Amino acid sequence: MNDGVDQVGFEPERYELAAEPAYLFEPSGPAELPRRDFLKALGGGILIVLTVKGAAAQQESGGGRRRGSGEPPPKEIGAWLHIAEDGAVTAYTGKVEVGQDIRTSLAQVVAEELRLPLAAVRLVMGDTGLTPYDAGTFGSLTTRVMSPQLRKAAAAARELLVGLAAEKAGADRSALVVADGKITHPPTQQSFGFGQLTNGQKLVQTIGEDVPLTPHGAWRVAGKAAPKVNGREIVTGRHRYTSDLKRPGMLHGKVLRPAAFGATLLSVDTGEAEGMAGVTVVRDGNFVGVAAPGEQLAARALAAIRAEWKTTPQPSRKNLFDYLKSQPDGARAPAGAGDARPPVVGEAAQLRLEGRYTVAYIAHAPLEPRAAVAEWDGDSLTVWTGTQRPFGVRGELAEAFRLPESRVRVIVPDTGSGYGGKHTGEAAVEAARLAKAAGRPVRLVWTREEEFTWAYFRPAGVIEIRSGANRDGTITAWECDNYNSGSAGLRPVYAIAQQRNEFHQVSSPLRQGSYRALASTANHFAREVHIDELAQSLKLDPLAFRLKNLKDERLRAVLEAAARAFGWGGAESSPGRGRGIAGGFEKGGYVANCAEVAVDRASGRIKVVRVVTAFECGAIVNPDGLKNQVEGAIIQGLGGALFEAVDFEDGRILNPRFSRYRVPRFSDAPALETVLVDRPDLASAGAGECPIVALAPALSNAIFDAAGTRLRSLPLIPEGLKA
Amino acid sequence: MKVIELYVNATRRRVEAEEERSLLSVLRDDLDLTGAKYGCGEGQCGACTVLVDGQPARACVTRVGALAGKQITTVEGLERDGRLHPLQEAFIAAGAMQCGYCIPGMIMSGVGLLKKNPRPTEPEILRAMEGNICRCGTYPRVVAALRRASGSAGAQKGGGR
Repeated sequence: MNDGVDQVGFEPERYELAAEPAYLFEPSGPAELPRRDFLKALGGGILIVLTVKGAAAQQESGGGRRRGSGEPPPKEIGAWLHIAEDGAVTAYTGKVEVGQDIRTSLAQVVAEELRLPLAAVRLVMGDTGLTPYDAGTFGSLTTRVMSPQLRKAAAAARELLVGLAAEKAGADRSALVVADGKITHPPTQQSFGFGQLTNGQKLVQTIGEDVPLTPHGAWRVAGKAAPKVNGREIVTGRHRYTSDLKRPGMLHGKVLRPAAFGATLLSVDTGEAEGMAGVTVVRDGNFVGVAAPGEQLAARALAAIRAEWKTTPQPSRKNLFDYLKSQPDGARAPAGAGDARPPVVGEAAQLRLEGRYTVAYIAHAPLEPRAAVAEWDGDSLTVWTGTQRPFGVRGELAEAFRLPESRVRVIVPDTGSGYGGKHTGEAAVEAARLAKAAGRPVRLVWTREEEFTWAYFRPAGVIEIRSGANRDGTITAWECDNYNSGSAGLRPVYAIAQQRNEFHQVSSPLRQGSYRALASTANHFAREVHIDELAQSLKLDPLAFRLKNLKDERLRAVLEAAARAFGWGGAESSPGRGRGIAGGFEKGGYVANCAEVAVDRASGRIKVVRVVTAFECGAIVNPDGLKNQVEGAIIQGLGGALFEAVDFEDGRILNPRFSRYRVPRFSDAPALETVLVDRPDLASAGAGECPIVALAPALSNAIFDAAGTRLRSLPLIPEGLKA
Repeated sequence: MKVIELYVNATRRRVEAEEERSLLSVLRDDLDLTGAKYGCGEGQCGACTVLVDGQPARACVTRVGALAGKQITTVEGLERDGRLHPLQEAFIAAGAMQCGYCIPGMIMSGVGLLKKNPRPTEPEILRAMEGNICRCGTYPRVVAALRRASGSAGAQKGGGR
């Protein structure tokens, strides 16, 4: 049960990480440089370095590809924390902020252990020149893995400071009190500021993971709602995203895109563009791009390039699902040890049911498109870019330019969202190539159309389920085949005696990769709709049927909590109204949704009236931040559930704009109710992903309840409910 | 190229720009006012929203040549003597942000609404904000921020000029 949650490494369906590099540039110049010593720059004070063992330390940058850098794989260091001689506390982590508000929640746990107010802690995040190695911000691992590491570093710093204070006061450690950046000895009324204690010190203490932490019951800063620590910068527009950065002498870059997916460049005429004053044109293999002092000039230069492309036939959306199913299996991956190949749903079952469910490709469409600012200093490269994998992008850059990683620094300003869609460094590599040619810094911001076309998509898929059940409501057998969309959440959450669950990896017509909760959304959709169909066939209440077949107490708890808050099983629904329920777990979190929809029969319009979400992810660190994540997942999930779909034909995206690709807007938001189930007895897990997985099936089930139409394809109602 | 005189955040600014250029590009690249964001380039997402003579406008599809003599307010122009506009305060208090990229545009649409209609009903809020996209899904909190600020926003003198 729940495989994968304890694996910190990459999941196979993070396809984007296994891809070959987009460009193979011509080699130029040898490169070797002494490693920069960032620790020296920190100056005096106390530095706590937390070493970790196990899977997290063994992760590779560059997503398993690591050609050419020749450096040993990093790093056993999880996090470090510095207390300067002026008392300033700075925690360093390779994680990045993309809207999940970990800059706040991580600062909370550091403040907690150091007994400081939240505002006294500064976080340096996602800077390969300053922070410890980190594989990436994905998989809901920050709260589960990084948060305890920073807590331990902070707790160790506190204990070290207490030791220093005890020495100074000539007192026993146990007689000292730590509060508000000071350590006091009440009997003698001596008091030492953190800065004062570190004064003249240059201590580096390396600690292991066996540091005692403040127990949940004694939390004062963590566990409470905290506003976003850089909220003021956001609302004033002062925060600089990558696309807002400026460097002296900076140029604007544009890249020539192929006419279609799979197209190869036959010929290119850059003469006119090269003749434009101030314009640098780069042609390197299949890479063609320009850099110019203004964005308009760059766009004009790009438009002046004549290119001829050879296209090849590409699958289109209209035959997508047949295409996915018609291929021979690439790699068949049984989802668990107990899964056997022969069919398990036999003739003996009193009820047998089959269902075919499909999901479309959808786009992350982060409001800040891919962007990068690249600057060379001799053979050293610095790139600012919005990515969820700064060290991975450093690897991509090192590989593209045949540099040692020590000569590449990637800095990630807090970024305009990702949702799993920014694991790669396309814009970083492109900007760096242009900057190299131009000899000046280059900023490259992808257009919305580029982001909708040349980023990667949430995989489409076909999911087929066959099940068997007894008249008493016991599910006896379950077979599930997922073609292309992925294995996350594939195994049913119910206790079913006989199971066969397989993920069939086939070739995808579009570039695909991670998306919030991976394939769990697709697999939960198929399973929880199918469960509803079984309940319908057996004439059982969908909630009671689920609970009857469920052994997992945490899932049971959220289903019951959501049902209670929703009033499930209360008065009959009125005409045109319907209710649906679904639940599941992913990435250490447990979620259940109850939804109510209103169907207007005449127009086919469907309004999602109300969504109740019960969510549990262990001990809660920042209740308000958590609620924000849950609500956000529900709103975003409405898009993929109801109307988002990438349309494509002959290697071209047909709807690469917000005017043609509908995303949820204000009027789409239903009344939301969120029940947070706190489990102080359990370790905290992340919440950026799990809360999205049960919405789509809850909505499909509610539409069936309202209209009697069973919708088995995502998106459910791109054009309303057809008669 | 032409010298165009703009009034941005109550200050006269002279920019040398082709009239066809978008206000967004002039604000961001020439005047270094990067609060307004690029999100779509077709006036569909609202991330670039500024006020032109008090009315919300999509800077990405507004020609700079059409703005001579008009008053332009960007998110950077809302603060008064280090004090935030009540709607900015309300966004912080309501926790109405995740990645924050859409928020300056949301605030400018909201300031435009409250200026015209200090106590909007919920349907009026939804109508006024429908053109602003938040991919993180903070809509309910943005509505809560607008409700929190409604009534008090008009009180700040010169707010949203």
